[in-house]
Amino acid sequence: MYEHDVIVVGGGGTGLRAAIAAHEEGADVAIVTKLHPVRSHTGAAEGGINAALQDGDSWEDHAYDTMKGSDYLADAPAIETFTQTAPEETIQLEHWGMPFSREEDGRVSQRPFGGLSFPRTTYAGAETGHHMLHTLYQQVVKRGIEVYDEWYVTRAAVTDEEDPNDRECHGVVAWDVQTGEVAGFRARQGVVLATGGLGQAYDHTTNAVANTGDGVAMAYRAGVPIEDMEMVQFHPTTLPSTGVLISEGVRGEGGILYNSEGERFMFEYGYATNDGELASRDVVARAELTEVNAGRGVDDEYVHLDMRHLGEDRITDRLENILHLAEDFEGVNGLEEPMPVKPGQHYAMGGIEVDEFGETCIDGLHAAGECACVSLHGANRLGGNALPELIVFGALAGRHAAGTDLGEPQIETGYFDGADTEELDVPTGKPDGEPVEPTADGGIAQSPEAVIERAVDTENERIETLLEREDGVNHADVRADVQESMTENVNVFREEEGLKQALRDIREARERYQDVYVADKSRTFNTDLQHTIETRNLLDVAEAITMGALARDEFRGAHWRAEHQERKDDEWLKHTLVSWNDGDPELWYRPVLLEGNEKTYEPKERSY
Amino acid sequence: MSTQTPETESETETEAEAETERPSTSAAQEERMAEKRERAERRAADEAADALEIEGETIELKVFRYDPEIEGKQEPRFDSFAVPFEQGMTVLDALIFARDEYDSSLTFRHSCRQAVCGSDAFFINGSQRLGCQTQLSDLDSPVRVEPLPHQDVVKDLVVEMEHFYDQMESVQPFFDPDELPEGELEEQRQSPENRENVKLSTRCIWCGACMSSCNIAAGDNQYLGPAAINAAYRFYMDEREGEQKRRERLEIIEQEHGVWRCQTQFSCTNVCPKDIPLTEHIQELKREAVKSNLKFW
Repeated sequence: MYEHDVIVVGGGGTGLRAAIAAHEEGADVAIVTKLHPVRSHTGAAEGGINAALQDGDSWEDHAYDTMKGSDYLADAPAIETFTQTAPEETIQLEHWGMPFSREEDGRVSQRPFGGLSFPRTTYAGAETGHHMLHTLYQQVVKRGIEVYDEWYVTRAAVTDEEDPNDRECHGVVAWDVQTGEVAGFRARQGVVLATGGLGQAYDHTTNAVANTGDGVAMAYRAGVPIEDMEMVQFHPTTLPSTGVLISEGVRGEGGILYNSEGERFMFEYGYATNDGELASRDVVARAELTEVNAGRGVDDEYVHLDMRHLGEDRITDRLENILHLAEDFEGVNGLEEPMPVKPGQHYAMGGIEVDEFGETCIDGLHAAGECACVSLHGANRLGGNALPELIVFGALAGRHAAGTDLGEPQIETGYFDGADTEELDVPTGKPDGEPVEPTADGGIAQSPEAVIERAVDTENERIETLLEREDGVNHADVRADVQESMTENVNVFREEEGLKQALRDIREARERYQDVYVADKSRTFNTDLQHTIETRNLLDVAEAITMGALARDEFRGAHWRAEHQERKDDEWLKHTLVSWNDGDPELWYRPVLLEGNEKTYEPKERSY
Repeated sequence: MSTQTPETESETETEAEAETERPSTSAAQEERMAEKRERAERRAADEAADALEIEGETIELKVFRYDPEIEGKQEPRFDSFAVPFEQGMTVLDALIFARDEYDSSLTFRHSCRQAVCGSDAFFINGSQRLGCQTQLSDLDSPVRVEPLPHQDVVKDLVVEMEHFYDQMESVQPFFDPDELPEGELEEQRQSPENRENVKLSTRCIWCGACMSSCNIAAGDNQYLGPAAINAAYRFYMDEREGEQKRRERLEIIEQEHGVWRCQTQFSCTNVCPKDIPLTEHIQELKREAVKSNLKFW
């Protein structure tokens, strides 16, 4: 058993920032990550970091834009903490040597982004995430923080009280990808889950192959509710063949969207007559698909994004990376031709329910970054708000996990008696015969070591079962079925029948998963086994996304419903929560907090 | 292998819908088992149909295989896979196809598939390249994929990267200025020109292609190698780097197995997937080392 004060799961931007923060509090910290930190998906972020840094801008404006962008499904205390802290965290990165793009006077540059009332997106070319990830990793190296790279964490080790609110997290279980060894990691103070996105629930996504929702599924099965999972962001500009992201920076710098008739449809068809290409992502994504569905798409599939008029100098200075991506992955020269783009899954606004210090309802178990839902983005995340989220909430979670008293959080967590619940008339949850995993089966309070040992035994058993089976279903087939159904039915446009179909498909995939087997019997670098375990996580998150989407019969932010074309504030100013409930998911709700420390936000109609 | 007709398929679907009403236990159990069997058959039929579909153009992928644990794989060999070719397909796409359709034990690292995570550097048709960035249409068939040379092979295409990481970290790759501006919201100024000077060096994705291509590194395990020297360059050339740190850094890169080992063969520059002028950066640091030695006289 390995032992540290704080265990951070995941080595991307959030995990690294959390580890640095915990280390600065004097904790003995270790990062456990299934990739090497520099391989993390934060490195693929392109656009930038929103922070009110300049005269004429203010955290209040940033907060207002974020709340409006969220379509009033974000919690005000989260937004206020975020917008007030983003400037110092951004400059902190600068002090750590992050190579930001610069103005003539040597100060950092900022540019306009969608949904922002001020050009407050700080950036480093069109590869901001790469530089952020590497800058943070450099600081981890500088501090000598221990990193267990290529160790795949598969389970949180929590105590077994009946009520998740009474449980405590003592560590995690991971296996060494290189050797297959399963080991317990005890966290004397706290665990921070920073496992990133879940884009692999879809087959057209900007997310890395590693983004399989591991942390979300892990926390969910340990008893933590997962929040607003139906709120999935589809980025309007991804390359059609691969899903590779074309930064919003292109539109921020003045890039224009055209349909196959050569019309600038954002204006000509009135999708966003004020903001055009710089409307929020949900608005632009729907506009593009509406064009394609109306027969004005190129090759019936995509639209064109043109940046030629920006001129070679500006493009090479600020968007050079985009030229390489268009060339390498679509064979298009962005200086001479418009680039083909279409919407693709990009970001999970929902995730593990946490308070503003990153703590879940389980003592000692924290989450931050994309895998968490502090409820900052609500129903739609503004471009440029993900990277500051990593550093702001990563740092807070790290500090809190290290035992620092940050005061009383305003955001509540955990299921409470009297919560408003809902039943769906479509079967969900575990198929008959599937054994319930003993997260909380004994009702015996035990020592931290015993809790971890039990979790290690459970994981060993699970892995051995998978490896011992001589034949059965290949996980790749199960995964592909789920991805296809999600892309078909739980995408930008959602219809009741499609959502029900997706739940039936997920249910069918679960049944097939019962017979899944791992053909590779080696303990050395067994990616077959790793992907098989990941697929299980995808099933859980896909189900929660779809359940939330089916229940929410309104149109809010990224969540569009064919049968319900209006935002229903009377009924739906509330967060969707799903509790694992021993494999029988329970849907319930918690009111949105529109009242912050300093401001109260009145829902207004979103117009662009 | 079963040959299901389309009619049977649609029947199964109606049954699946009816089943959502959940009849009571044993009957339901049986029904589900029947459904399961039918699904398995249907899928087998689908798979058979899929297998036939690989008509069109295919390419031959020859992949290096090795697993220290599995009998029959302990002796390194090449496996051939016929992969359907479509315009736009990359080597990584082909590897994924081979793994998901033919042999799930085929092992390689990959993640972002957009040339930024740096985990899928392989030796492809005799050169170090990123699998995701290499179009099949640019290669001669058969396409030969091997692990990066001069690194220990863990399994199939996965190589041991620890030595590479150690070298990267040995140059103390982190920013360490003498002082910071006062006020937590005050940034350090950096001229756009200076940023331009270091810009290319900051693009390194730690893929290890350069190190693997370097003849000197192959013969001298202690040589810092192009990636690590480039990391030192990134900080040394930054006008905000502290004086003390600059001196320390120079000592590191000037050591016996540092910059002077480079014989300007340009192989690192040739293979770098991010077009970093590595050889040039090494030469510039040699110049800096000479200049600073002159100063001490």
